[in-house]
Amino acid sequence: VAERPGPRSPAELYTAFNRLALQGFGGVLPVAQRELVERRGWMTKAEFVELLSLGQVLPGPNIVNMALIYGDRHFGWRGAAAALGGLMLAPLAIVLVLAIGVRQGADVPAVAGALRGMGVVAAGLVLATAIKLAGALKGNVLGRGWCVAIVAAIALTVGLLRWPLAFCLLGIGTLAWCAAWWRLEP
Amino acid sequence: MVRGVVAPRAMNEIAFGPLGVDPAAWWELFVHFALLSLLAIGGAITTVSDMQRFVVGQKGWLSDAEFSGSVALAQAAPGPNLLFVAVIGFNAAGLVGVFVTLLGSLLPSTALALSAARWGATRRDQRPVRAFREGLAPVTIGLMLATSWVLTEPARTSWGTWPLVALTLWFMLRTRRSPLWPIAVGAAAGVAGWV
Repeated sequence: VAERPGPRSPAELYTAFNRLALQGFGGVLPVAQRELVERRGWMTKAEFVELLSLGQVLPGPNIVNMALIYGDRHFGWRGAAAALGGLMLAPLAIVLVLAIGVRQGADVPAVAGALRGMGVVAAGLVLATAIKLAGALKGNVLGRGWCVAIVAAIALTVGLLRWPLAFCLLGIGTLAWCAAWWRLEP
Repeated sequence: MVRGVVAPRAMNEIAFGPLGVDPAAWWELFVHFALLSLLAIGGAITTVSDMQRFVVGQKGWLSDAEFSGSVALAQAAPGPNLLFVAVIGFNAAGLVGVFVTLLGSLLPSTALALSAARWGATRRDQRPVRAFREGLAPVTIGLMLATSWVLTEPARTSWGTWPLVALTLWFMLRTRRSPLWPIAVGAAAGVAGWV
């Protein structure tokens, strides 16, 4: 467990989360996976999925919850504050400058088109991240059949049918939890 | 994590009103956003329709166009999607609004996330906690697929959309470069009208 590198100080946490936040156009999640799992090697895929699951189920933005919990695990509240600050401060400054620019009548005619294009790429980024992280399901206690069924059920109800997220999480999430509990029986 | 898709509109058409609301309103803004924070399973974006109802419909601090302009602006900028909350706060009540809406959105969910995580960390090896970890992993992967699908929604009918998704997939699975590259290509394709 000790061989894997991790943040050595809150300052390093700040830098890491700042770096990934500034690359995160249209969603920080794919960049977070690339930076934290692939580039820095601070987490395995399975740990990333675990943190994300937790961030997902709790109210609040997933990536913010994830940063808080990861920072807290390493350096307590100082780590949580460092990770959150890294994630938020610089992007906040940028977005406020943009907001002031728009208020002063800056002309941004191409923005709508650019946003649409970035949205499409963001879809590809999230899809790629899902494909990579699916590797973390290999050792899952639920086994292949259950995993595929749960992935498909969530993708169908939340994505295609657009059922309310909280409802699907509660329903399918509870089912998955119970199935895993049952399977873990010694 | 599934984001409501806000129809992007030409931002130069949006005229923002004068800044500021009275100080009593700051408290209301804080309380409302703090309540929504605890309901925001899947992120603040899932509560955007209620924010709109409150800020635009009930209080009239922003117009409809200003509200969706604020959300679109935050999506164009780097960083967590949550920042749209700050832009709404800014356009409703200036810098105080930023402080109040961000604090309201973050404080309750942060307190809950940290206490839940600490609670879980001390019980890592117990069966219910392990079952949670294992059971929720496929749910999380499924949600990512759903998010990806929802994100293509505004552009699904354009011919350039699917090649662009395929190109992004190839880039992310086969290279180790920053996602900034495909994002830049996507923005350019959007400006050129290909998607």
